[in-house]
Amino acid sequence: MDLWPHALSGFFSNQPVRTALAVSTITALVSALVGVFAVIRGQSFAGHAFSGIGAAGGSGAVLVGLQPLIGFVSMNVAAAVVMEMIGLRRARGRNLATGIVLGVSLGLSALFLSLDMTHTSRSGTTISILFGSLFTVDPSLIPAVAVIALVVAGLIAALYRPLLLTSVSSELAFVRGVPVRLVGIGYLVALALAVSLAAVTIGAILSTALLVGPAATVLHLTKRTGAALAAAAALGVASCWIGIAISYASASWSTDARGWPVSFCIVAVVFVFYLSVSYLTRLRHGFVSPHQQLVK
Amino acid sequence: MSSAERTPAVGSEVPDVLVVEDISVALGGRTILDRVGFRAAPGSFTGLIGSNGTGKTTLLKTILGIIRPTAGRVLIGGKAGSRRDPIVGYVPQKIELEPDAPLRARDLIGLGLDGHRFGVSRPSANRRRLIDAMIHGVNAADFADRRVGLLSGGEQQRVMIAHALISRPRLLLLDEPLANLDITSSHEVVQLLRHIATDQNIAIVLTAHDMNPLLQAMNRVVYLAGGRAASGTTAEVVRTETLSELYGHHVEVIHAGGRVLVAAGEIVDENDPPTLPSRGQSEGV
Amino acid sequence: MFQNFMINAFETAAIVAVVAGVVGFFTVLRGAAFPAHAIPNGAFAGAAGASLIGVSTLVGLGVFALVGAAIITRLGRRERTDVAAALTLALLLGLGDLFLSRSNEYASEVFSLLFGEILGVASYEILPTAVMGLVCIAVIAMLYRPLLLSSIAPDVAEARGISTRWMDFAFLVVLALTTTMAVPVVGAFLIFSLLIGPPAAALAITDRPSRAMALSSLIALITVWMAIVASYSTDLPVGFFVGFFSGVSYAFGRWWAMWRKRSRRAQRSTQSA
Repeated sequence: MDLWPHALSGFFSNQPVRTALAVSTITALVSALVGVFAVIRGQSFAGHAFSGIGAAGGSGAVLVGLQPLIGFVSMNVAAAVVMEMIGLRRARGRNLATGIVLGVSLGLSALFLSLDMTHTSRSGTTISILFGSLFTVDPSLIPAVAVIALVVAGLIAALYRPLLLTSVSSELAFVRGVPVRLVGIGYLVALALAVSLAAVTIGAILSTALLVGPAATVLHLTKRTGAALAAAAALGVASCWIGIAISYASASWSTDARGWPVSFCIVAVVFVFYLSVSYLTRLRHGFVSPHQQLVK
Repeated sequence: MSSAERTPAVGSEVPDVLVVEDISVALGGRTILDRVGFRAAPGSFTGLIGSNGTGKTTLLKTILGIIRPTAGRVLIGGKAGSRRDPIVGYVPQKIELEPDAPLRARDLIGLGLDGHRFGVSRPSANRRRLIDAMIHGVNAADFADRRVGLLSGGEQQRVMIAHALISRPRLLLLDEPLANLDITSSHEVVQLLRHIATDQNIAIVLTAHDMNPLLQAMNRVVYLAGGRAASGTTAEVVRTETLSELYGHHVEVIHAGGRVLVAAGEIVDENDPPTLPSRGQSEGV
Repeated sequence: MFQNFMINAFETAAIVAVVAGVVGFFTVLRGAAFPAHAIPNGAFAGAAGASLIGVSTLVGLGVFALVGAAIITRLGRRERTDVAAALTLALLLGLGDLFLSRSNEYASEVFSLLFGEILGVASYEILPTAVMGLVCIAVIAMLYRPLLLSSIAPDVAEARGISTRWMDFAFLVVLALTTTMAVPVVGAFLIFSLLIGPPAAALAITDRPSRAMALSSLIALITVWMAIVASYSTDLPVGFFVGFFSGVSYAFGRWWAMWRKRSRRAQRSTQSA
């Protein structure tokens, strides 16, 4: 049975597939880079929340006739600053601040979507923001996506050392003379930008999956920061490509030519990677999770 | 009570790295420190001793410039200092290192060199040599390549000391470095600090609630109680007369089996019970 | 204004608000904002699956909410809670994406599960909501002391033989129940707002657990009722007003705490002077 070669015929010459591969590669790289720090810093919730917060900005932008991406980015950057302002030191307080901002934003989304008369189906907009679809990404977005990606990469590179030190221990960073608060805001803005980018193009679920999944997977594997960043990026990109290929191929497997949705496929691949790595590391060393070890 | 006399042994021609000039600190309307003063010369080893709530951490934070004193001043290297002063190294008390962080002990030590600078650090032979020397200096070679968040308390303590020392400070401040260590590792850390003080001529100031592990190492003690302090050599300060005067009531200093115990007599000042050991109970000092 | 459907809305909102106030108190105390977001949203995928195979939406919600709670607990053994919640949410919503792509008539029904349709609650829905609400309160009442202790001092609780892991799981199950109860009427997004804003406000105002819970329920109740009235008179979505009023109540709580702290300090300094 030549299930694969046949199913994948025309894969690389297909324009939507090529756009999907390009966009997903850029977003996966940026998400992994930012995601490693999000996991270490305990800001996964903020990372996910930006996809919901930005949606309020996105739907507001549509309402006044702007590009959703512009609304997404400006809403998220504003939210990042507000969250850091409410933000209490401890992770719990930070999660609470995130939750409050997310709650208000979800309300705003409801308002903007209901006011949005140009869209025939409100639910359609919600569903597309939530689930997205790589195969319907507008290729004209690619330059904007690339620019934002470069800005995020630049921010992370600029903040790299103080960010690493504050992520390991903010107290240590403070006494070392690091402007902890400033670095925190800088990082949160990078996170907000990265998630805006991902949520607009590939949808909220994939954005969260690519942010947290690869990072959580590789943190079990390596103790070197550089290696963790590289491995997470590679894993994110690989998950996207494999997921896109499966989704593309699946259309020819079913009788009514209705394939599996690409977001589902990529999330599934991310999860399979995560589970196999955590299973293998446990087998290999009788590896004990840092958290288990702390709890004892 | 707060005396600021010099120790002839360290040599008075060398200027003191740290001068705490009769500082008072009030937080939220409450006086935490009342005219506390002492000095630390290069190569000296000073212990700030006192039980919980006597203002040890406040004193350290005032020295670091995080808290401003209401009276008096702190001079570091002859100038009013701050936490950004490169001549001060600081090891905080509760170091909670992220267990998830993909960072080896040596990487964290390296961040002591340039962690406050923006950008990515470029690897160089010189940087590596410096880090290796630090690892060697704190006997951390065995675990230098392990994930720092998973090291034991004693190991992390040594990594922290290397992290603070790599920027070549002249004054090293440590907040309760022995608090969570077992007897063996706490002995090792004290030995290490004493070596650092004498070999590199660094003034070491650390806080502790138990002075016993430090008795052999300290050449100065600043004993805090009720917001006031008595300072001098161990022999001068840890005496029944001095401490009774400091506490404002009779306490007995008992030497037993190489250990020192401070046992309370009568409670005189009932308005301020938390700083006083209760009747008949011996403080674990 | 007091037509039948409005009465239904007020009654259902009251049940949801009281339960959300109590469950939300523990949500904020345990720092479980992310699970409180992930479980209702993940459960929404279950509703999509239920409609695909022709089962009641409520069953789909309940099953996925419980599965979500179980996965978060299981992954939480290895990861931090927020990472576990993120992975679980992505997985469940990924499945939701698959279910929706298989079904032909999704749009409006699914939309209502996200934002809720409290003004469209039918009389026959009130009883099941009330029963599930009572179960939530009963479970919380049963677990009250160990849950409180493990929320405030997990180490102490562990030392007294209360397993933190089991308490986490028990709490997430309560969250799953709350979700199943509330999502059909107020929607996945709104139950989250109610679980965070009012309790956070209450905790800023008072330190006593019982008062905080009562206050949190009261604030939630006022929030939802005001939202219903505002929505009815402006014809804007309820969700907007619930989100907005929750945020306002939190801001008020923070302001209150700050104001009281300042006045206390002023009092102390005049006393000592």
